[in-house]
Amino acid sequence: MTAVSSGTTVEVYDIVVDMASSAALDNFDDPLLVERARHRDAPAFTELVRRYSTRIFHLARHITQHQEDAEDVLQETFLKAYSHLDGFEGHSKFSTWLVRIAVNESLMKLRKRKADRTVSLDEPIEGSEEPVVREIAVWDSPEQRFSGEEMRSILEGAVDGLAPIYRTVFVLRDIEELSAEETASVLDLTVAAVKTRLLRARLQLREKLTRVFKRKGEDVFAYL
Amino acid sequence: MLTCKDFLDSLNDYLDDTTDPEIRQRVEAHIDNCPNCFVVFDTTKKTIQVYKGLEPQIIPHDVQSRLMDALARKIGQGGS
Repeated sequence: MTAVSSGTTVEVYDIVVDMASSAALDNFDDPLLVERARHRDAPAFTELVRRYSTRIFHLARHITQHQEDAEDVLQETFLKAYSHLDGFEGHSKFSTWLVRIAVNESLMKLRKRKADRTVSLDEPIEGSEEPVVREIAVWDSPEQRFSGEEMRSILEGAVDGLAPIYRTVFVLRDIEELSAEETASVLDLTVAAVKTRLLRARLQLREKLTRVFKRKGEDVFAYL
Repeated sequence: MLTCKDFLDSLNDYLDDTTDPEIRQRVEAHIDNCPNCFVVFDTTKKTIQVYKGLEPQIIPHDVQSRLMDALARKIGQGGS
């Protein structure tokens, strides 16, 4: 480990990647890698990082809406995971445990940067607020009208415009594809609260996308 | 017969295929007879689909390098 701890960034990266690939760890399942990583098997942990770093980085970017904060969250998530592997009891999937760490780190970043009280996940939803539908217009195959880059910009811009309590639930459920139960566990919410927030997030995004994707000349009606 | 508000309340479970068969039938009967709710159902479903179809971007190489560097330092220190 002396060479690893004293090398340059590139040398260190190459060494760790070589360690992981040489052991063909990509055939191992997560529980086995976690067990080996618990015994301070660096290549096993490196393989877990390789599997989930992209997912954690994009999750953090969605929640923090900030590239540098997302990178900090990425590092903190894996450093904490490595330090606290003994505390991972295996009741959930390793990936869900990682996501929980990343969400907490992301929300802390968001609170620091924006001092935004709406970030609190304990905050109750306003009881009288009903989902609102305003835009009624059909749209089909927007990917035929917009380039991949334009689509990404439109979709990410729409998600970024959601309040954090809705954005976080939408990202976990519909982008990360966690179940309602997993999302509730990660966010310390009830399943009912997850479903309520998800409906509002989906309908708000539907409104935003309909304004961009609707066919020209389509009438727009008030609704509900 | 469901009202439009009832339909919205059931929309998530219907889209996630977690409704019981009776509610499912009632939702389908409603959207067959309510053009506005059909459009809401259809465009909400498409909204979810376009996000699911978004290709994951590769993590930038320099970000990945700095992560591995930080981990290597941590591991080199004994991981505590």
